[in-house]
Amino acid sequence: MNGLINRSIQCFLRDGWGSGVWDDAARAAGVPPQGFEPLLPYPPEVTDRLLAAAATRLNRDSACLLEDMGTYIVSHPARAAVRRLLRFGGSDFRDFLQSLEDLPARARLALPDLVLPALRLREEAPDDFRLEIGAGRPGLAEVTLGLLRAMADDYGALVTMRLESVSPDGAAILAIRLLDQAHGMGRAFSLGRVE
Amino acid sequence: MTGGVWIGAVALARLMPMHLVLDGAAVIRSCGPTLRRLLGADDPVDRPFSQLFTLRHGPALVGVADLLAGQGRLFVERRGSSDLSFRGIAVPAKDGALINLSFGIGVVEAVQRHALTEADFAPTDLTVELLYLYEAKTAVLEELRALNDRLQGDKVVAEEQALTDPLTGLRNRRALDLALEQPGRNVAVVHLDLDRFKQVNDALGHAAGDHVLAEVGRRLLAASRRDDLVARIGGDEFVLLMPGMDRAEAALARMEAILSALSEPIPWQGMGLSVGASAGMVLSATSPEAPVAVLLARADAALYAAKRAGRGRVRLWSPDLWSVEGQG
Repeated sequence: MNGLINRSIQCFLRDGWGSGVWDDAARAAGVPPQGFEPLLPYPPEVTDRLLAAAATRLNRDSACLLEDMGTYIVSHPARAAVRRLLRFGGSDFRDFLQSLEDLPARARLALPDLVLPALRLREEAPDDFRLEIGAGRPGLAEVTLGLLRAMADDYGALVTMRLESVSPDGAAILAIRLLDQAHGMGRAFSLGRVE
Repeated sequence: MTGGVWIGAVALARLMPMHLVLDGAAVIRSCGPTLRRLLGADDPVDRPFSQLFTLRHGPALVGVADLLAGQGRLFVERRGSSDLSFRGIAVPAKDGALINLSFGIGVVEAVQRHALTEADFAPTDLTVELLYLYEAKTAVLEELRALNDRLQGDKVVAEEQALTDPLTGLRNRRALDLALEQPGRNVAVVHLDLDRFKQVNDALGHAAGDHVLAEVGRRLLAASRRDDLVARIGGDEFVLLMPGMDRAEAALARMEAILSALSEPIPWQGMGLSVGASAGMVLSATSPEAPVAVLLARADAALYAAKRAGRGRVRLWSPDLWSVEGQG
């Protein structure tokens, strides 16, 4: 399911920095300028080339770029469907965190080809969580960090997060501290789509 | 009753937010909070089941025995509003019945209409997962539709390119072959080539040659009608298919006009290049027995005759050109 990931990068670059940046990154990565089809497969190395080209073009460290992309996926109006699907995970942020272990199975329900590494959540102390991300998709930990920050805002929760460890195969541990479950208003979510 | 359990009203409400407890007279004694919400202003407690609900295929006045019949499997509708319907099961409880309801296939609409939240469903209820799947499916379908639209657009462009001669914008050999599969009735088939193209190309180079071909293409298109097909089939050779031409005089008059347009000098770097053209034509109306390949061969034979007769002219095929046809 590289198409979906590549397409997300494409939209992230285009919506975030304009089509000029996307065109430059695509050219540098040897990718056709019309980009990717979300439901078609592509060779895995294309994703890495594209990310490297984007980081060079924007003169940013690729970990920051991936984190911003995670935030973009949830918070940009053009990606509203992803945010809604994630919100089905729980009625508050704690619920949502606990539902993350189901995320790979949920993703497979939607798209059988979309294989995500296993996710495990441990509550080390009250409100102090560790999210263990399995190996397989380097870069996913950074994307997840950005995505969880945006979801915390979405739920109106006050949270601090950091990457505790990352290994080259993609396995990682995220430390998440839930300071206030109901800090802000958050965004409304209804089960039936009326937004 | 061995192994029975007693359960309090609050616990029952959490376990089954869409339950009803009926007494022996089928009067509602308890109602789950989600079901109560769906019923709106009507407080169902102490009212007969039949006042608020009907059973699909059931009697107008429902008794406890009707609910428990057939293993207690129920299709329940809100009386007077067929858009609120439920699947349910009734089991005996005391001298009445305990009914648990759930949404049937109309769950997506019901959740939207009544703005239900996750808290309205028991955690064991898969409704939220069903809604998630419904939305995921909708999102994937939208992507697929967009993909199909893009592929369809690409296909149209690719097909158009595959049938177009890039230099002149005229149709190409492949387009001609496709058109000849269904040539229609009364079509004039014209084989046309330029009289002095080779001289221009040799003396002034390919750029001049390409310029001449492009200009000839423009003039041919300008002189063509909507249903005509104008194809460049190679070098300086063109084929025209002109439907609706059953009379030789009219067809010849059109060709004279086209050749006249092509005889006008083509401006090139301050010069005027006079290439001119010759044409051979055959009418399918006068060769009704001839297959397409023979029509093309006859147009070719007529072109050969036109060239031999001194260029710049159109020749209509006639049976006395048979001998030439053998050479083509």
